[in-house]
Amino acid sequence: MTAQNLTTVEVRMLRAESRKRALQDSWTLWKRNPVTIAGTLIILSLILIAMVAPWLATHDPFDQILADRLFPPSLDYWFGTDNLGRDIYSRVIHGSRLTLMIAFVVALISGPIGLVVGVLSGYLGGMVDEVLMRLSDIFLAFPKLILAIAFAAALEPGLTNAIIAISIANWPSYARLVRAETLAVRNSDYIDAVRILGAGHLRIMIYHLTPMCLSTLIVRVSLDMGTIILIAAGLGFLGLGAQPPAPEWGLMVSDGRNYLVDQWWVSTIPGIAILVVVLGFNLVGDGLRDILDPHQRQS
Amino acid sequence: MTETVPSLIPKSEPIDYSSTNNESQPLLTIRDLRVHFYTLRGTVYALEGVNLDVQKEETMGIVGETGCGKSITARAVLRLIDPPGKIVSGTVEFDGQELLNLHPKEMRRIRGKRISMIMQEPRMSLNPVIRVGNQVAETLLIHESDLSPSAARKKAEEMLQSVGIPDAGKMSKRYPHELSGGMAQRVMIAMMLVTRPKLLIADEPTSALDVTIQAQIIDLMNDLVHELQSSVMMISHDLGVVAETCDRVAVMYAGSVVEQGRVEDVLHNPRHPYTKGLLRTLPDNASENEDLYSIKGNVPSLFMPQQQCRFAPRCEFSQERCFQEIPGSYQVGNNHSAACFLHENGI
Repeated sequence: MTAQNLTTVEVRMLRAESRKRALQDSWTLWKRNPVTIAGTLIILSLILIAMVAPWLATHDPFDQILADRLFPPSLDYWFGTDNLGRDIYSRVIHGSRLTLMIAFVVALISGPIGLVVGVLSGYLGGMVDEVLMRLSDIFLAFPKLILAIAFAAALEPGLTNAIIAISIANWPSYARLVRAETLAVRNSDYIDAVRILGAGHLRIMIYHLTPMCLSTLIVRVSLDMGTIILIAAGLGFLGLGAQPPAPEWGLMVSDGRNYLVDQWWVSTIPGIAILVVVLGFNLVGDGLRDILDPHQRQS
Repeated sequence: MTETVPSLIPKSEPIDYSSTNNESQPLLTIRDLRVHFYTLRGTVYALEGVNLDVQKEETMGIVGETGCGKSITARAVLRLIDPPGKIVSGTVEFDGQELLNLHPKEMRRIRGKRISMIMQEPRMSLNPVIRVGNQVAETLLIHESDLSPSAARKKAEEMLQSVGIPDAGKMSKRYPHELSGGMAQRVMIAMMLVTRPKLLIADEPTSALDVTIQAQIIDLMNDLVHELQSSVMMISHDLGVVAETCDRVAVMYAGSVVEQGRVEDVLHNPRHPYTKGLLRTLPDNASENEDLYSIKGNVPSLFMPQQQCRFAPRCEFSQERCFQEIPGSYQVGNNHSAACFLHENGI
């Protein structure tokens, strides 16, 4: 009742205050954990590098100077050159764009598929649930990487098909998650209330269940980014993902494997790039879990 | 050989609900409604032949203890009995239309538009992530497809104003968790009445509220309902609320209506032993030194189909017959009936 006597401005100020406090809490939790800070910095710099890649690169990533084949790291070629005389530093920098692109497109494809399947399955139940969940069980029975390899091999090898393959391997775990969330919300009183109002199934699923599942799904997808990047690199390494001459990190590791003993940098440098980025995503994932955990918040 | 002495008082026949009475057509007519729940532990015979009328512009109270089937009756009217429950038989006639064999699509057009229901827990019944104004507007959008969202929001605001929400423009942008229980119930009422339904089912609308707010909500509901000329089916276990608001009342026990009549008649001159017992349990009716009265025994298990008077085991007046037959409903006064063999002779 007291709330009515406050003016909108006051309410807005109070709300801003509580928002500020929530942010401060998150900030403290973030600050407390140096590992999370490291992860965040890695991801931020990855995004930054991807944005300004053409300006950071010292050479054209596709330019082959056969006279300069397999040069070790030097002042001219910071990370050395590969077997076709391309500058590895420039290729790694440009590769960050590909890596980010793959991760986001896969998230954008498999997230919504998981959302739709999960909500349908959880809300409709019965036969629909049974069929969809057994289907996702079949997918979940295989390791994601193996499944992605199988699909990528069945489709034509290439970047687009690799993205499709990873998405196919990825959606079932999201569907599971969303289904669980839907089941928790489905029997709540407010869903009952909109049924009493005469809402149809479609309206309930779109306007009332989907928004409830969204936040959980977004967190989960962002935690999965590291895995997605790793699988994409794996497909690239096996020749099932990005095709030459694309500067894809997995592909670059594969290119250098014949020279591993004498010209270690050809494979190792892009390998380190993969390692650092995946590590960054995983560290942020762990940190995010702590920050979002209400038990941690109280202290 | 014993000879049956013909009784001097003519035996009154049980009320034959199948014949349509010629009086003014009631808005809602429930006949022999049976709802069973097929659970793994066995069948629950939750409703065993409920007969009920709600007249136009009347407030009909339904009282009874927890689990007697009040809410199930209400949900059955809206056909919102979820599996494992099922409406086994009976008829529910609303405004001359049989609801139980309507196509689900047509049924959806009735829900919220012509029959609405206010629920117990107002705050749990509002979607936590949708602004309350939009939730009221949603009712309109569901039923009036040609209405634009902004027009619906405007109408919703007006409705919020008329349920006594101050500063409706700003309040409609609030989320449910920012409202008090009373405010939330007002929003709920707005949501359910914005389409001007002919019948409002109120399932214990005040039991989750503060005593001080209860009266306000009840008054508000009555005012709106009179304005809309709607009927109300008021489910409650609070006899005080029923006495104050209802025109007629039906008393339910273990899945059927045991007594039905005008509120004055039923509460001041109860005829069914269960109603009598129920009224005796009220603390107001006990003298100071006396222990509170309680009806002996327990509510019968609903896992058995009804084959006898379900109240008989607890009844002071039960006869052998009560354990063998199901009593019909007997007229015991003007517009007053009780389902008990005691009143077979119409006393």
